Amino acid sequence: MTEIPNMVPVIPEIFVAVIGMALLMLGVFQKAADDATEVKTAHLVSRLGMISLVLTMMLVATVAGSTFNTFSGMFVSDPFAVYFKILILFASALTLAISHNYMENQGIARFEYTVLVIFATLGMMIMISASNLMSLYLGLEMQSLSLYVIATFNRDDERSTEAGLKYFVLGAVASGMLLYGSSLVYGFSGTTDFQMLGNMFDGDHAPDASLGLIVGIVFILAGLSFKVSAVPFHMWTPDVYEGAPTPVTAFFSVGPKIAAIALFIRVMVGPFGDLVQHWQQIIVLISVASMLLGAFAAINQTNIKRMMAYSSIGHVGYALIGLVVANEAGVRGIMIYMAVYLFMNIGAFACILTMRRAGRMVEKISDLSGLSKTHPMVAAALAIFMFSMAGIPPLAGFFSKLYIFFAAVESGFFALAIIGVLSSVVGAFYYLRIIKVVYFDPPDETLDTPIDRNLGYVIFGTALIVVLFFAFPGIIIDGASAAAAAMFTK
Amino acid sequence: MDEILLEYLPILIFLGIAIVIAGICVGASYVVAQQRPDVAKTSAYECGFDAFDDARRQFDVRFYLVAILFIIFDLEIAFLFPWAISLGDIGLYGFWSMMVFLGVLTIGFIYEWRKGALEWE
Repeated sequence: MTEIPNMVPVIPEIFVAVIGMALLMLGVFQKAADDATEVKTAHLVSRLGMISLVLTMMLVATVAGSTFNTFSGMFVSDPFAVYFKILILFASALTLAISHNYMENQGIARFEYTVLVIFATLGMMIMISASNLMSLYLGLEMQSLSLYVIATFNRDDERSTEAGLKYFVLGAVASGMLLYGSSLVYGFSGTTDFQMLGNMFDGDHAPDASLGLIVGIVFILAGLSFKVSAVPFHMWTPDVYEGAPTPVTAFFSVGPKIAAIALFIRVMVGPFGDLVQHWQQIIVLISVASMLLGAFAAINQTNIKRMMAYSSIGHVGYALIGLVVANEAGVRGIMIYMAVYLFMNIGAFACILTMRRAGRMVEKISDLSGLSKTHPMVAAALAIFMFSMAGIPPLAGFFSKLYIFFAAVESGFFALAIIGVLSSVVGAFYYLRIIKVVYFDPPDETLDTPIDRNLGYVIFGTALIVVLFFAFPGIIIDGASAAAAAMFTK
Repeated sequence: MDEILLEYLPILIFLGIAIVIAGICVGASYVVAQQRPDVAKTSAYECGFDAFDDARRQFDVRFYLVAILFIIFDLEIAFLFPWAISLGDIGLYGFWSMMVFLGVLTIGFIYEWRKGALEWE
């Protein structure tokens, strides 16, 4: 007889799964007589989806506090997981909020979109809580398969289908690498459990790690780098970000990325934490390459979604500095960085979503000219997000970079910190160029007014968080500190 | 070593019998039955397509849909076999795990049904 596992830590995941299925049934049983009812169904499901994601956030918060291991060590719920899950749920709920009217205007309002976002969220939550290479892969695939579909959600649009196909093919390659690495790790160590892997190499046993195991770790690392779109595994990012529907791009740039970063930390610091000298130089290389490419490649872009893609590659580079450091301060830095990144990125994408001309979406950076005249509030918010991404005090983006660089300097990675600061100076150029276009370039054609109400709320809320972070940093920083501490107490 | 090989003897015998029976079936049809070949009978069976044709011909996307939907329920059967055999050991927990799994699949099935994916027209 098998014992029934402790279900309490998994309640949020079960809830999300049940909600996803219930919404699917709700949507499919509404009579889709014509386009109008289809849009109505899509709106209903999207609202219910948002509400249930918020409810899930509360559920996650109630199981917070201590560390639970369940399903024979396959699943772990600790403060680290709780912190990242709340970020993910924020990302998904905000994505649904900003998708609401976009989908209707593009004529692709279907309730399946919400359901897929919810299933992707479920996959990410499982990823974050994975404490076994198998549950890791399960969560990752669940997330990826849902995302491949929503990347190509505007299926009559050539660029959207191309984006989805590219994402699928390259994502499959990444999954293959990850699986190959996992199989090597299993073959050379005899276990896929993170705890047992960690015990195998702790302290004096670190030199015992065989070459095959190290190769396995490198493959896992490559697979995860694909998912966070770090250089040299970033090639898919600009094309996919440009082609996918804009709210989906917003989701890609935060949700999966944050989840993959969490997984990165979980795998590298957890089971392979004592092998740090073996994988550290790889992360250094990835981090430096991502920062530099993110800074230089974005300069030439004319499409704002492509520019945001390179910007997100750069941001991953900064976050990975924290992983190079591989101590409590570094992990805390990443966690703060990802939280701030979430809000400023969603906000920036909400601003991009307001860029419509005569009902059609426009995406060129030059289309933003004159925004300060027609939409003064949106222009101000966009300026805030761009200043924050460039890392200018006293905005949130400055503090998030500060924590990362502090962690690097404290541990003696001076070169990394210097490269980081220099590349963020280069990066400031293209962020500030957008502000220049918005405020000083003469408009050729004006963008549509007024903007959608949901977008307005999201822009206002995220801008407020980015501006007021310095006044109330405790909420994020305390959570991150507690979570990072939990990661390092065994 | 020989003992291990001996355990596989039934498989060898089975293989032999299978080859003999298959050979008899094919051979007997040449000897006993009347042969009235025509084009449709002699060409290789290829799901309604010409077997030797341009591979880049367009054909209905619904073939893919049916194939994909088939795969899902085919895999489900693959999970049911080991579950059925070990049901005595895994108890009620194992039983209900599979019931939940089947429930999730049923929801997928209801979805494809309601969406009309199972109708050819």
